[in-house]
Amino acid sequence: MRSKLIDKLNARGVYRQDRCRHLTKRLMRTIGLMVLLSCSATVTATPQIQTWQTENGAKVLFVPAKEIPMLDVRIVFDAGSARDDGLSGLAVLTNGLLSEGAAGKTSQQIAEAFEAVGAEIEYDAARDMAVIGVRSLTESRYLDIAIESLTQVLTQPDFPQDAYQRELNRMKVSVKAREQSPSSLASVAFNRAVFGDHPYASPSSGTRESLDKMTLEQVRAFYKQYYVASNATVAIVGNVDRQQAEAIVNDVVSALPAGNRPSPLAAVKPLTEAKKIVIDYPSAQTHIFVGQPGVKRGDEDYFSLYVANHPFGGSGFTSRLVEVIREDNALAYSVYSYFSPLREFGPFAMGMQTKTEQTEQALTLLDQQLRKYVADGPEKDELAASVSNITGGFPLNIDSNSKLLEYIAMIGFYDLPIDYLDRFIDNINAVDVKMINDALKRRVHPDRMVTVVVGKQQ
Amino acid sequence: MNMKSIAGLLAVSTLVLGWVLYHDADPVPEQSDEAVQSYQLSNGMKILVIENHRAPVMVSQIWYKVGASYEHDGITGISHVLEHMMFKGTEKYPAGEFSEIIAANGGEENAFTGQDYTAYFQKIANDRLELCLSLEADRMRNIIFDEKEFVKELEVVKEERRLRTDDKPSALTYERFNAVAYTNSPYRRPIVGWMEDLDTLTVDDAREWYETWYAPNNATLVVAGDVLAEDVFRLAKQYFGQLPTSRIPELKPRHEAKQFGTQRLTVELPAKIPYLIMGFKAPNLTSDIVGTEQEKELYALEVLAGVLDGGDSARLSKNLVRGQEIANSASASYGMSARHDTLFVLSAVPNDEVAIEVLEFALREQINLLKTQLPDDKELDRVKAQVVAAQVYKQDSTFYQAMEVGMLDTIGLPWQIKDEYVDKVLAVTAEQVQQVAKKYLTDDRLTVAVLDPLPIESNGTKTTKTVSVAGEKDAQ
Repeated sequence: MRSKLIDKLNARGVYRQDRCRHLTKRLMRTIGLMVLLSCSATVTATPQIQTWQTENGAKVLFVPAKEIPMLDVRIVFDAGSARDDGLSGLAVLTNGLLSEGAAGKTSQQIAEAFEAVGAEIEYDAARDMAVIGVRSLTESRYLDIAIESLTQVLTQPDFPQDAYQRELNRMKVSVKAREQSPSSLASVAFNRAVFGDHPYASPSSGTRESLDKMTLEQVRAFYKQYYVASNATVAIVGNVDRQQAEAIVNDVVSALPAGNRPSPLAAVKPLTEAKKIVIDYPSAQTHIFVGQPGVKRGDEDYFSLYVANHPFGGSGFTSRLVEVIREDNALAYSVYSYFSPLREFGPFAMGMQTKTEQTEQALTLLDQQLRKYVADGPEKDELAASVSNITGGFPLNIDSNSKLLEYIAMIGFYDLPIDYLDRFIDNINAVDVKMINDALKRRVHPDRMVTVVVGKQQ
Repeated sequence: MNMKSIAGLLAVSTLVLGWVLYHDADPVPEQSDEAVQSYQLSNGMKILVIENHRAPVMVSQIWYKVGASYEHDGITGISHVLEHMMFKGTEKYPAGEFSEIIAANGGEENAFTGQDYTAYFQKIANDRLELCLSLEADRMRNIIFDEKEFVKELEVVKEERRLRTDDKPSALTYERFNAVAYTNSPYRRPIVGWMEDLDTLTVDDAREWYETWYAPNNATLVVAGDVLAEDVFRLAKQYFGQLPTSRIPELKPRHEAKQFGTQRLTVELPAKIPYLIMGFKAPNLTSDIVGTEQEKELYALEVLAGVLDGGDSARLSKNLVRGQEIANSASASYGMSARHDTLFVLSAVPNDEVAIEVLEFALREQINLLKTQLPDDKELDRVKAQVVAAQVYKQDSTFYQAMEVGMLDTIGLPWQIKDEYVDKVLAVTAEQVQQVAKKYLTDDRLTVAVLDPLPIESNGTKTTKTVSVAGEKDAQ
């Protein structure tokens, strides 16, 4: 019964990574008139993250937030598709089956238990992370049941045969759904080419072949190996005090065996050559991805490349890519670039879609823009605008429980410094043109890009 | 930035002459509640403020009473195209500057168009309120319609249509479903517009649409976040108070014509999986039925949608996804907040090897059950518990809270009804749910759309490599 508002909308939006582009002299004047607002970035109190470890070895990050009588608990495991071990889809299927039968309850009974108290279960598996959690009201008659149900699905999943078969079948339909989406086809091909023999290469939701090979025993074994306390990060945000938070976390994870942290992932290898993949598909638009392996979490170049990407293709309407591809040439509705940092090098990608006849023009422009940017870097005022956007907009990144939860789960999972949020603005301000140019030249290689093109071929 | 065209300048002067000049007096206080404080400027512009001091940020939204349902055949998509043009600059802030200024101030901004509204927003630090209001006030009356810019932006919009609709089999099916389900209602037309209409839109169409609908007396400002209402009112008066009003056309009610028997359509497209949509004509909430007996039906319809699809324990998941295992996914939706008669929609994707007829039969069975047996209390309690909880969770998003009142006000409903929503849902009985199922989920209100996949013709994948050796490129 939640509002279906967004379904009805048709937004102008460019897909934006974060938020900015070069300030022309004209604009500098305008901003001057605007009292140089941008220079006085609001001083924001960053939340104090409390952290501890459970007896069985789970890492906990907690931010009390008293304003709303609700609580979010999220447990993150290093159990994403990077751990599929050749059987793509295994991490997603395992994660999805947790709530499909646990502690002797059927999936129907589990769903009823959560929903009867208005609690919302969340679960998801991406490349690195497998996530399970709940959002609940904090009144104890609701919260107690929500936490009990979460504990059961996390620590006592039954993996019943019928639910396994049903969910496996549903995943097979989602593979078909991918096959009727040119953007999905492009992104699957892009990851394969960028990551080669690394586990990041395979689609998290599986392939026809891998799903045909899957067995229930493999799911059980995957759960047993990876859903263990020493491989868990617990993020908790909401209207409870430290004592309550500790009790809740204990309730949820104390039944997990300590287990072991999985061995480190293999490094992602850099590309040695340029590669172009062309997939013929009868769509009105050609979907384009161009990219290569990018950065990892905690990477020494992380902030340099994050800031570097911003004016290039990360800031939406004010980025160079939007200006050239959309504003000047009207080739696309959505055009962007991003570095998606993972445990190992995640992708750097430029993406867009354009009607078939414009494909070559678009590819040429993307290539020109990238080469120019890697060669010359951002203009000084362009960089200044980006920095002021990122730092000035930082309070927006932490203005809700949802966003805080997202951040602290990430900080815990990737072992980032606990003062990551406190130092974020300083880290961004420390980036200068020299650092950006240096990082771009070392890390981005226009001669060794993967280019994927999905659309009508003549 | 190019020089403004003569056409643009002419338009501005025509505009000014067409406006009724109006001098602003003091703001008029309106009825307010705990959460929302409201004012109206003497030129008719409404201001709604939701103070929320959790974080030093705010969202500012301007809502215009215009959207796709205000359009007529032949100019479909014009509201949305105009939304794009609103970023193309004024004399004071030429193209691109609006976005650049907001960005340099750490803000995020965008806009969206719906059937019944067009809205523009900024999310930004709370001390940037004045900046947002000054920029929005400027573009409410002073957009320059440059033909070259228009022609380019129209191509961007066409790419948007290709991306969101033409290359997405389920979205395209839904578009065609709406076009058949509604006979004379403006909701039969897509928000983004028919491609054939987009092809013929001109800069004059956009300018005329702007001159007709964009005025303070057709707009509502909503600000939510770490602000003081009195500051918002004062600044709103300062920036919008002097803007002249327009004579806003009065729309006809556009009641949907009676349907005779079930309507069916098949959409054949290159695709891999079929898709089924079943929509029943259903009433919308209008201000004249707020608080009447009739209104209860609408809340019962919302609960009915919850019984079918309010979470994973609800009937469609329970019986079709699990249970019979014939649906890969299934959903039910109904929203009473609309300007015109609307639809109660069931949709589903079949599992492999399941015929679409089987899925339709199963959905009909679920509907019949609702008509013949009362939902049990536990089921209703679950639906209601989720509504109560959602009311709390929504406080985590100031954007959503602003959107809620902005949308209600813009579609002509008192925004105060948001506070009655939970109580009215809680009051719905099993009998009322059964009653509305019997009354509205009937064959003579039904339209069924089926996506029937055609083979996807492809000549496969080609890979070429280029090895880079000492700066030389070598195609393999």
